[in-house]
Order: sequence, then structure tokens, then C-alpha cells
Amino acid sequence: MEVSSKYAVQMHGITKTFGTFCALDHVDLDVKRGTIHSLLGENGAGKSTLMNVLYGLYQADEGEIYLNGEKVNIANPNVAIAHGIGMVHQHFMLVDNFTVTQNIILGNETTSHLGVLNMKQAHKNVQDLVQKYGLEVDPDAKVEDISVGMQQRVEILKALYRGADLLILDEPTAVLTPQETEDLIEIMHSLVADGKTIIIITHKLREIKESSDTCTIIRRGKYVDTVKVADEKEEDLASKMVGRAVKLVVEKTPAKPGKTVFAIDHLQVKDDRGLPAVRDLSLSVHAGEIVGIAGIDGNGQKELVEAITNLTKTESGTIQINGAEVQNTSPRNVVNHKISTIHEDRQKRGLVMDFTVAENSVLEKYRVAPYSKHGMLNRREIQKFAKGLIRDYDVRPEDCANHLARGLSGGNQQKIIIGREVENEPDLLIAMQPTRGLDVGAIEYVHKALIRERDRGRAILLISLELDEIMSISDTIDVLYKGRIVDSFKQGEVDEKTIGLLMAGGKQNGKDS
Amino acid sequence: MKKMKKLLAVVLAGTMAVSMGACGSTGSASSAAGGSASSGAAGASAGGKGYKVRMVTDTGGVNDQSFNQSSWEGLKNLKKDTGADVNYVESKQESDYATNLDKAADENANLIWGIGFAMAKSIGSAAKENPDINYAIVDNSYDKATMPSNVTGVMFRAQEPSFIVGYIAGKTTKTGKVGFVGGIRSNIIDQFEYGYKAGVAYAAKEMNKKITVDAQYAESFSDSSKGKAIANSMFSSGCDIVFHAAGGVGVGVIAAAKDAGKYAIGVDRDQAYLAPKNVLTSALKLVYSAVEDVSKKAMKGEKIGGKTFTYGLKENAVGIPTEHKLMGDATYQAAMKVENDIKSGKIVPPATKAEFDKFGK
Amino acid sequence: MEKTAKILKKPITSTIIAIVCGFAVAAIVLAAAGYNPSAAFGALFSGIFSKPKYISNVIIKATPITLTALSVAFAYKVGLFNIGAEGQYIIGAVAANLVGYLCNFPPIIQIPLVVLSGVAAGALWGGIIGFLKAKFGIHEVLTSIMFNWIAFYISNWVVSSARFHEPNSTAAYPVNPSSYTMLLPNWKTSDAGLAVLKGHKALREVLLKTDVNFGFVIAIAAAVFVWMLLYRSTKGYELRAVGLNRDAAEFAGISVNKNIIITMLIAGALSGLAASMVITGTDPHRISTLSAFENNGFNGLSVAFIAGSSPIGCIFAGLLFGGLLYGGQSIQANIGAPSEIINIMIGTIVFFVALTAVIPKLAVRLEKRGMHNAAK
Repeated sequence: MEVSSKYAVQMHGITKTFGTFCALDHVDLDVKRGTIHSLLGENGAGKSTLMNVLYGLYQADEGEIYLNGEKVNIANPNVAIAHGIGMVHQHFMLVDNFTVTQNIILGNETTSHLGVLNMKQAHKNVQDLVQKYGLEVDPDAKVEDISVGMQQRVEILKALYRGADLLILDEPTAVLTPQETEDLIEIMHSLVADGKTIIIITHKLREIKESSDTCTIIRRGKYVDTVKVADEKEEDLASKMVGRAVKLVVEKTPAKPGKTVFAIDHLQVKDDRGLPAVRDLSLSVHAGEIVGIAGIDGNGQKELVEAITNLTKTESGTIQINGAEVQNTSPRNVVNHKISTIHEDRQKRGLVMDFTVAENSVLEKYRVAPYSKHGMLNRREIQKFAKGLIRDYDVRPEDCANHLARGLSGGNQQKIIIGREVENEPDLLIAMQPTRGLDVGAIEYVHKALIRERDRGRAILLISLELDEIMSISDTIDVLYKGRIVDSFKQGEVDEKTIGLLMAGGKQNGKDS
Repeated sequence: MKKMKKLLAVVLAGTMAVSMGACGSTGSASSAAGGSASSGAAGASAGGKGYKVRMVTDTGGVNDQSFNQSSWEGLKNLKKDTGADVNYVESKQESDYATNLDKAADENANLIWGIGFAMAKSIGSAAKENPDINYAIVDNSYDKATMPSNVTGVMFRAQEPSFIVGYIAGKTTKTGKVGFVGGIRSNIIDQFEYGYKAGVAYAAKEMNKKITVDAQYAESFSDSSKGKAIANSMFSSGCDIVFHAAGGVGVGVIAAAKDAGKYAIGVDRDQAYLAPKNVLTSALKLVYSAVEDVSKKAMKGEKIGGKTFTYGLKENAVGIPTEHKLMGDATYQAAMKVENDIKSGKIVPPATKAEFDKFGK
Repeated sequence: MEKTAKILKKPITSTIIAIVCGFAVAAIVLAAAGYNPSAAFGALFSGIFSKPKYISNVIIKATPITLTALSVAFAYKVGLFNIGAEGQYIIGAVAANLVGYLCNFPPIIQIPLVVLSGVAAGALWGGIIGFLKAKFGIHEVLTSIMFNWIAFYISNWVVSSARFHEPNSTAAYPVNPSSYTMLLPNWKTSDAGLAVLKGHKALREVLLKTDVNFGFVIAIAAAVFVWMLLYRSTKGYELRAVGLNRDAAEFAGISVNKNIIITMLIAGALSGLAASMVITGTDPHRISTLSAFENNGFNGLSVAFIAGSSPIGCIFAGLLFGGLLYGGQSIQANIGAPSEIINIMIGTIVFFVALTAVIPKLAVRLEKRGMHNAAK
């Protein structure tokens, strides 16, 4: 494309390799001034790398960058800031016990001649910015006391305070609630109205539709297309992103529930602070059925899973698998009773990030033949198993058996966990937030895998904060509120609104629970 | 700070030589000129140049404020006087003794010093391996029968200055109770304890008073906090003077005296610098003069192997400092009289429990 | 340039650069103090390599610190910082000394008995720390420091007790000669032995003038054992999982607490083994009054650090450290520079190893620059 001053940013032929791995292969990006431009791609497609090149965190091996039609060399973030580029990272870089104002001016303090901090002036400048863009935030609150959404606003303010005309937002909605997401989109629009330009990195199609004018899609480090968002359907964007036709709606046949595999009866569990978190909870899961637990975060989901997996002791009640009680035993006993768990926190509970993929693949069965014998690991068998898992569960890159788990993308890490847990041949598979932080392609994969395992006759307990997910793949939907199952429905019996109401503590007509 | 202390030691050595010289000693310390007056012995030609003396410290290291440091001062004096080639090797652990002695031997040393009785065994076996090298050890005497012919023992009659300070303590105490803090019990420390006790008893007899001595051991030569604790309990139980023969432990003893406003008596060197108002006097044991003396003998080609040299008042290698403002002139003069009596043999201070028991009778 | 960057990325390169920097700083300090650095380093190297017996002494010096380094490195792999190696060593030495003195069996029974008693005492000492951590969550660094001092005073108490104190010494009675683990302890001083050795100068020096013993062979075996345990056994798999991510390990059914205790038991045993090999293998075969820590454990910390916690690396880092400790004395003995110089050098090397995180980054920079140049 021609270089022109119409464009706030033009990146042409950007190539970046890490060792032998080519992260970006001649990628182009042209962002018109005064627009919201989204950058779409799966995890690991190279979106963040491209933006890091623009922000000066990485140096491109090849390619040119033009800002407002002029060629620039962005050697480091300071140069980028000087050129009016601001970046809000996925992980905020704020000092927790500083106030909002202190954080905003940090590194760019207003001082008098003698180097004395002029807080009054700084305070006023911040206040002006807040009002100009409707970024409602208390300038004197400490960062540790404000919500994640507010913290994000502080990051945006920080960039604006440094005079940014071009804002890069890296996965800004990953940490936000739906309401906060809507607010953010509004703020983005007001910024653009003021002449700013925004690049938003995301893989959430709905948000792109709601926010952006233009969208550039990259896949595995290669430029795919740049489209006008208004002209495209979500399905089309998804297909371009993953490189094949994607069904956003999960296809499944009706469940054929068998005998009751798993039952919880009048379970009581306390949380870390000793307060009741799970109260008198009862549920059951049949073979060949997915039971979804819908609920807002903090209503006992965490404690329920910890009680089942025996990381926490229960107060009273029973947890039975195939008729055997497993409460208050040990995590290993639970695994031995054929309960496998996909934990919501991949990096904390699911994987040993500094183990290789192969080592991670046998985390629960390294002690049994053929993976070990006489106390010594059988590395050949472990490799064989890992390679099979990588192949069967489509983990990328294909030769990652001896890579550290840390080096893989979130989706691929999740595939390893799912593969590992499913290969345990469990009678009950617990999936807690199995698609958290994954992109469209990976989410589709996870959902299909859960349904496939259901059809193989496994009992599946799905715990998710995403109501869409619960609604689309559960056969039975239990609503969790304040540690209780307040109601239970068969799929298709109920709409999203009713469940949303129950999740928030409302009551369904005629039913009292 | 360290430099200050060293300077102090040198000054002290000077004053000692003058004061002791006045007492008319004909001891071996007067052989200061001996090194240069070449006697024609092979090792000592050309004023000692080319004569190699090596010293292996014990685990205290060369700056231990005690006999390692004092010995090294002696060798440095030797170098100044005669031009001998001197150097030291520091031991960090007991297992270093053998290898360090071996290293010294590898440098073709003519004379190798080991400092402290802890090295006795290592010196013995090193001497057997290298029959051509002279070895000397401070604070150890070997059994006559098994002593290798190329090893020299250097001992001090520490009971002599201990007797004098004990006498001073006895004369000075107001409470009739004095203390003694030892390091780890051994023959060497026994000399201090029984010499001191005998001195106290001698003063008590002279004044016809009853004076008791409270003797305790710290089981350490380095744990100054333990020294402080022991001394504190002694002071609070009525002692007003405590003498220590316990190396680094004594630093705590002196600190306790300073805190309690009581007296302590130093050891080995004049320890008044630690607490000028509380260190009554010190039982000097001038290792450096003995080390220098024996080294010079060896340089002159004297046959020193197989012998044990014992240094005392007569040789000007032990004594007390001349500074005596805390005890007053009368007591000091009385102490000087006792010193002369020891020199003349009128008083023979006991060095062991057995001798002490006999002494009391 | 790319090649340079590649080499720089290897951990061994960083370590070597750190060592070179250590020497460089020592040279500057020496020169500033008025000593000739090349003469000093000459003395150092001739103090290590010029005679077979010197090399033997270096190996003897390296033995205990290699073993304590293994203790530290092993615990580190399980996420524990075993600063208590010093205390475990001391208590191991006490136990080995006492058992070796009180018992007097034929060597075939006596040697394993004495060595194992040191190992057991060290293991107990480490195990207590592990237990306190697992059971009550008390940080191992705190308890380790306390237990170092407790061991220190126990050792001094034993040395001064009437039962074990050798009169007119600062030490306990040595172990019985049947406990000796030197090479041919009896033969080498016998007439027959002396006759044979007469013809072999180097052999005679090494055998007679140094306490050449089996300790380093044991240390190498221990390093291989630790490596096998960590990387080839199911137990090691568990231990590393606990070390790298306790939460995931716990979730997968691995008992974190049990493994913490096991780790500290093994780490303590390794430090105790170090003490056993010193007591049985080198003169004076006994413990003596400690006025300060002898640093057998603390030096192990530095060695493990230089080795990057690699069990096999500990062997080489141990030899390097042993060489500096032993050869360093020659600097003092030959050119008169104070022995503190060698401590500065060791300290600098450890410091630069700590800084080596910088070197791979430097490599990345170099790479970047290389690409820039290529692009131009």
C-alpha cells in the first residue's frame, strides 16, 4: 500500500524471527488516523509481537514503519512514546499502593525549578483528562483499592498523559466484566471522536463488531486480510482467523444419560477465611451427560472443586463416585477413583510450566507402568505417550514434546491438560473454566472434546462463568448461588435471562428454593 | 585500629626492654645483637640473609590479637635485625596444619614455627618427614623420650606473671573475693590458674586475710559473650577483680568489668587499651621475644633441636606492665619485690594443681 | 556475531566469564595493593598444579564442599534453600567422630558404620528443618540458621565434655584408625610400602604427604546419584514437580509436605556424608573447638551457586573452589599478599555468577545488532 499521511501507522513487510521460529513473516498493517482498528488472530498468531515491534520492545528483522507518512526507526519504547504511541499491556504496570494520580505521573512528573514535585498541577492535569474523555476514576484512590476496570482506565490515562495520539490496547477485555467491556468501548469511541487512533488486539469477535471500523487478520505470523468490519459476519472473521470454516454454535446430539456416576449430598465447605462457601449443596451427574454449573464468580465454585479434588476438607456431606465416598481423603485417591479435573488455572494447578510437555503429560501417572518401573522413569514410554497426545489433541508445534510447557500458547497448554485428563479414562471429568483465555479456534476444540467424551459415556461436570458456554453445551444446567444449587433445568427448558436472574439471587416465579 | 594496636605493642615491647633491663637480667633477650655477630654457622652467614623462617598459624589466624600475632611480630623483628627471610601461612581449619607445614617445607625453609599446642602432633609428624629442617613450637613441650631431634619446644613460665598479678589482686581486693576465667582447661592454662591462685594466697597470708578465688572455664577461646556472662556473675556474687586466661573470651571479661565499674586483669599483652580505667594490670607473656630469641639461636647454628626452652621472668619474656596508676605505687613496689623474689628463686610459683597444693602447705 | 551470541547463551559460558571477571577484579585489587598480579596468579597456579601432592590436596579440599554443594543444589531443585548445610555438616562430623572413637571394629564394618552415622546425623538435622517447614510452615532459612548455631554449640559442648576432650588440646579424641578412608593407610607407611614407593616420586609424595582418600570418588558417585535421582527416578520427578510448581504437584496428587521432608533428609544426609569423609579421610580425624563456622557448608552454597545447581556441575565448581582455597594460600606464602585477596576473588566470582543473568541478555542484544548490521 502506498505511504500516505492519511495513515497514523503503516507497517510494511515486518518480519521477526526468534531463533528458528518465524513470529512475523512480511506482515503489513495500515491504520487510518482517527479510527479503531482491530488486530485479530489466534493466540500465538503474532499480534502482540507486531505491536511490540511498533512500541519498540522488539526490533523487526525486516520491514519499515511509517508514522503519519514518515519513516521512523523505533529503537525503544521511549522513542515510541516520543512519537505519540501509548500501549496498555494485558498485565497492568501499576504501583499498587500509589494513588491513581501518582501512578499516572510516574516517570513524567511535573516539577518546579528546584525539582520539587508539583502535585497540585499534576492533579489538575489528570482531572482535565478524566473529564475530557469521560474516563471516570477517582484520582486520589489507591490503585490496590479500585477494580480491574478502573485500573485499566488508569493505564489509558497514563498513556494519554504522555501525549499519546495512537493507543495500542493489548487484549483489553480479557480481564473485564461485560458491563466494564461496554464502558470501555464507549470510552474508545470518545477517544476516536477526539482524533485519537486506536489499535485493539483481540480475538473476541463480538467486541470487534461492536467497536472497530477496520480489522486486520493475521494467522501464524502471516498477513491474511484487512476488512471493513461492517461488511463481515462474525463467522467469516472467525474462519479467516483460524483458516478454516468455524461453527460458532456447538453441534451436538441429545444426551443419552446412563446410571448415576457421581453424586454430592448435602455438602458443606468453608472457604480460606473459615466462612461457609458451599452450603448444603447436592447434585448428581450421570454417565453420558454434561452437567453445567452456572453462577457468578465467588459463589462457591472454587471451594466446590477444591472439595471434590480433596485440596480442601469438607465440613459435612458426602461426595460419591461410583458409590464410593471420596471426601476428606487425598488428591491422589480422587485420581485413583477415576475423577479427572481440568483446573481453571492452567499455570498454577494444571501444569508445571518449567517441565517439558512430555513430563507434564504424565503428571498423574508417572508412578505406574509402563511410564516407570522400579522407581525409575521410563523415558521412552513417556515420550511415546506425549507424542501420541500431541498428535491426537493437535498440540502445536508438533515437535514440542521436549519443549517447556511455558513456551506454548494458552490454547495448546489447555490441549495438553485436556489430553492428559481424558487419557486417564476418567468416569467423571470435571472441567472448570476450560476455555478461559482461549481464542475461538481453541474454544471450539475444547467444546467438541467435551461433547466427544460425553458421547463416549463419561460423566462431565462443567463449571463456567461464561453463561454462553453453559447454555450451549450442558445437558443439565444447575444454577449456583451463594453455595447452593438454587435450581436445575434440562437444556432447552430455560432461557438465558431466567438463569441470569437466578444467578444474581432473583427468584423464579412459583419456585422457592 | 589494628595498626594502632600493633604500634602499641611495639611501644610496649620497648618499655618492657628498658624496665626489665634495669633489673639487671643477663637472660637471652640481650642476644639481640647475636644475629649480626655472625658466629660462622652455616645458616646464619651474611647477617641471616637467605635464612628462611616460616611460621604456620593455628586456626586463630595471624591477626588474632594473641600469640599468633605476637609470634609474627617476633619474626618481623627478626627480619629487621638480621635480614632473614620470614613469612607465614594461615590455617583455617585443623586439617590445614599438616598441609601448611608441608607447604612451608616445600619452600626450603630452614626453620618452621608452629604456633600453639594444637599443632603438636602435626609438627611431630612433619619433623619426622623432614629431618633436615628445624621445627619449633610455641606452648608445647614434648615427652623427652619421643621428642624428635629436630623439634624445639618453647614454653613459658606463665605461672610467674600470674603469681604477680594474683598478688596484686590480693592486695587490691576490697571484697576479699577475686575471680579467674579460663578458656579451655589444659596444662598451659593451669599455669595461669594456679600461679594466680598462689599469688592471691601469698598476698592473703602477708596481710593475714582470707581471700577466696572463684575459678571458672568458658570452654572456648573465642566466645566473648560467654566471657562477659561469666564475669558478670562473678562481679554480682561479690568478686571485684577478675583475671582471665582465655584469649578472645577475655574481651568479654574486660567489657563486663567496664560495665560493672570493677577491675579485670589482662593476659599475654598489656590489655589496658581495652578499658584503661578497669584493666588493673596484665600478665604479660611476650611470645615475640621468645620466638625471636629461639630463631636467632637457630640461625647461629646452635643445636636447638630436641630441647625445650622455657621462658620466664629471668629471660624477660614474661612480666607485668610498668603502668600502675590503678593499683598505686605501694602495691606496685610490693609486686616488684615479689618479682625479684621469683627471679632469685625465693618464690617458686606453682604451675599445676599438685604444685599448688604443695605450695599452700 | 551470531556464533558469539550462541556461545554466550550457554550457561557454562556465563560461568566462565564470571570466573574471568573474578580474576580480573582480583588482579586490580592486587595491583592497587602494590602486588604484581601475574606473580600472584603464577603463585596460585603453581600452588595448585606444580606438584602432584598439591593437586591431591586440592581434591581433598574440594571433597567436603562438593558434597555440601550437592546438598544445597539438590534442595534447591525442590525449591528449598538449604542454608543449613553448615549445621548438618557439623552435626555429621560430631556423630562420625564419636562413633569412630567409641567403636573399634574391623575396617569393613567400622568404615560404613562411621560414615553412615555421620550421614544419619546430617539427615536427621536436615529432616527436622524439613519437618518444621512441612508441618508448621516455618521457613527453612530461619530454622536452618538456628540449627546451624545449635549444631555449632553441640559440637563445642561435645569437644569440651570430659568424656571426649583430649587433654592439652582444643579437640576431641580422634576416631580409631580402623575408620580411616585414606588410600592404603597402613601399607603406605609400612616398610614394604615405603620400599615400593621409593621408586615412584610422585606417588610417594601424594600418598605420604597428603591424606589422599576415597572422599572425592564418593563425591562424584554422590553427584551421579543425585543426578539420577532427580532426572531419572519417579521420586525425582515428584521432587522437581514440587520444586517447580507446588500447586500443580499437589493437584496431581503428589504430597508436597512429604516430599519437603524427604528432600531435607537427603540434603542433610549429603552434608553429613561430607563430614564423614573429612573425619575418616583427613588428619586430624576429629572435631575441635569451633571459634567460628568453618564454612564447609557455606562454601557449598557458593559452589552450588557457581555450578548453577547442576549436580554434575558441582564436581567442577567444587574443584575450582578447592583450588582457590588451597592455591590461594600460596599467593600469601609466596608474594606476601594477605589471604583476604583470595576471598575477594572468590566473592567476586560468586558475585559475577549472580550477574550472569545479564550475559544471555547481552547475547540477545548482540543478535539484534547483528541483524541490524545485516539489514544495512
